[in-house]
Amino acid sequence: MEFNVLLVFMIIGALIAAETRDLLSAVISVGAVGFIVSLAFLFLKAPDIAITQVVVEVLTLVVLVRATLRNDITTVKGMRGKIGLSFSLAVIVLITLAAYPFFRELPHFGVPLLSQGKSISGFFLKEGLRRTGAANVTTSILLDFRMYDTIGEATILFASLLGALAILRRPSHKKRGARDKEERIK
Amino acid sequence: MEYILSFVLLMIGLYCVATKKNIVKIVIGLNIMEYAINLFLILIGYRRGGIAPIRTPDMSLAYFLRYSVDPLPQALVVTSIVIGFGVLALSVSMAIRIYERYGTFDINEIKRLKG
Repeated sequence: MEFNVLLVFMIIGALIAAETRDLLSAVISVGAVGFIVSLAFLFLKAPDIAITQVVVEVLTLVVLVRATLRNDITTVKGMRGKIGLSFSLAVIVLITLAAYPFFRELPHFGVPLLSQGKSISGFFLKEGLRRTGAANVTTSILLDFRMYDTIGEATILFASLLGALAILRRPSHKKRGARDKEERIK
Repeated sequence: MEYILSFVLLMIGLYCVATKKNIVKIVIGLNIMEYAINLFLILIGYRRGGIAPIRTPDMSLAYFLRYSVDPLPQALVVTSIVIGFGVLALSVSMAIRIYERYGTFDINEIKRLKG
């Protein structure tokens, strides 16, 4: 029941973030949604993810505020045209219809595949402490059973931050001077 | 019910991506979709009345196996959250560059200024 309340709050926050005209308040409300998500992770017995989510959420807010705050235009003017809007709404309705059979296949809430003995997680729970020596099974999966996954994640994070730096880098003084000279010659 | 509400959250994110013209709004929509999917994966692994998958010395193996929630989605969602931050940092830096170049966040105006 408490998840439903949290999810309704998240939906309200997301709607405000989508519809408000002020960009800064949209950013703040998406931050609120992120912190409610981390609270929901805590209720869902996932403390590791709750901690990660809080840290990443703070960084996300800093990055998004940097994108909006120092610019002159901070309000949104309108939406797309009528045709584009109705087309996107039609696509959303189609996806909802296509997802309907999928929801009937899902296990009931609170009864995961693990408790029916159909998941590999039982093996991790049984053998995690003995094979890796980690009392926290999530950590033992993250850093031992699926180590390559974590290394790949670190690679992706490193590559994306390198990309962000390459995009945001200013041209060096020497190059700028050369460009000025070219313009003067013209 | 919980699944349907997280699906609604996903659809709000998709609506925000598909119908807004502002680049920052599109990035926000991507972020909302990411929250919805992470939450959905954790909801699948939840066990009613469960405990966190951390085994303290006073727990027997049978008790732990009977009550612990599914640890596998949690391990994958940690990865997914961090990758989501990487995507966000890259897209926001692109948005800042576009603003410096064209002086606007509006994608229609950017198209017009380019052509």
